[in-house]
Amino acid sequence: MTEKEALLTYCLRRGDDNLILSHRLGDWCGHGPQLEEDIALTNRALDLIGQARNYLQYAAEVEGKGKTEDDLAYLRNERQFVNTKLVEQPNGDYAHTICRSFLYDAWHLPLQQALTKSTDERIAAIAGKAVKEVTYHLRTSSEWMIRFGDGTEESHKRAQTALDTLWTFTGDLFEQDDVHQLMVSVGVAPDLATIKISFDATIDNVLSEATLERPADAFMASGGRQGKHGEHMGFMLAEMQYLQRAYPGAQW
Amino acid sequence: MMETPTHITKEHIFALLENVKDPEVPVISVRELGVLRDVQVVDGKVIVTITPTYTGCPAMDVMKQDIEAELHKAGIIDLKVKQTLAPAWTTDWISDEGKAKLKAYGIAPPEKTADIRALKGEQPIVECPQCGCKDTVMISAFGSTACKALWKCNDCLEPFDQFKCL
Repeated sequence: MTEKEALLTYCLRRGDDNLILSHRLGDWCGHGPQLEEDIALTNRALDLIGQARNYLQYAAEVEGKGKTEDDLAYLRNERQFVNTKLVEQPNGDYAHTICRSFLYDAWHLPLQQALTKSTDERIAAIAGKAVKEVTYHLRTSSEWMIRFGDGTEESHKRAQTALDTLWTFTGDLFEQDDVHQLMVSVGVAPDLATIKISFDATIDNVLSEATLERPADAFMASGGRQGKHGEHMGFMLAEMQYLQRAYPGAQW
Repeated sequence: MMETPTHITKEHIFALLENVKDPEVPVISVRELGVLRDVQVVDGKVIVTITPTYTGCPAMDVMKQDIEAELHKAGIIDLKVKQTLAPAWTTDWISDEGKAKLKAYGIAPPEKTADIRALKGEQPIVECPQCGCKDTVMISAFGSTACKALWKCNDCLEPFDQFKCL
């Protein structure tokens, strides 16, 4: 594998993580539990799709085959998406959605902080902006985890259930395959072991205040980074990609 | 390709671009917002550099089109508007004049990033742009656009947007 091929996959991973989570959050639009939360979720989805665009634009340039960010987002097949399985999980109830974001944000923020020091100028520039936005994301999802966990019996139960269900999907956030190791060796990406230290600290602090129990690491789901997704991904892509597939080349 | 008129200078273009306002807040120009970063005239070709505020800001496409339209009106056709991501836009780049215009428009301006309360992770003290009272509370960190938070005044009880510190 060449450095260029690894860089392409790396950019697709970053782009896909954000694109898929953004799409999931967008599904709440018009269905939020209260107006302010409806806006807050879609606001965060907007930040994420902006970041996805930045990464997919760069991926298209690195690939050098004349594709655009839209080709990558709307015309790739399921096996070509390389997002973490965490973000493709369905929304569930509000505690589930918040918990999924919390687990993602707790990883995403230290990752973007590390990427500001990437030897790749473009990735460092994208991270320079993402860091500020994701700081607000993590603050919000942490506050909601605390509200739910240290809330009523019902909210506590739902938050704990969400945590117990989603925990298995945090495993692939820290996988370091050949692609990732090559990126680390050339200083483009950080060693994910260092990101795990920040992640663990955030998880422990917030869950403690939320009176929630950190699930034990049991079987950790894997495969997303290699394009092997779970049962939800295909259905979601069918909706997300419908318009371009049905009306190829359609534009605003 | 129509050549750029010879009287067009960088200063002239900056002056023309004062007419290009933020589409959501039409009292503040792209320069006052800190979005307009540079103008260059190279061999008759005009290159305008802008930087996005928030990564997903949908107003950026509109601002780009508005810049092109404004310069086309002045006869500048050989033109390129490009976006740069670094250095990352910060609310510290909004001019003092811009902040005053935001407030007059009814949007509380952002505090400085070096504000000691921000550094300590505390909520900023935000003055109500309607009645001037400092007894205000944040309802949501995410308001009507990516760049704004939603606040309420405990005195006059009116809600208002705050341009978030970034």
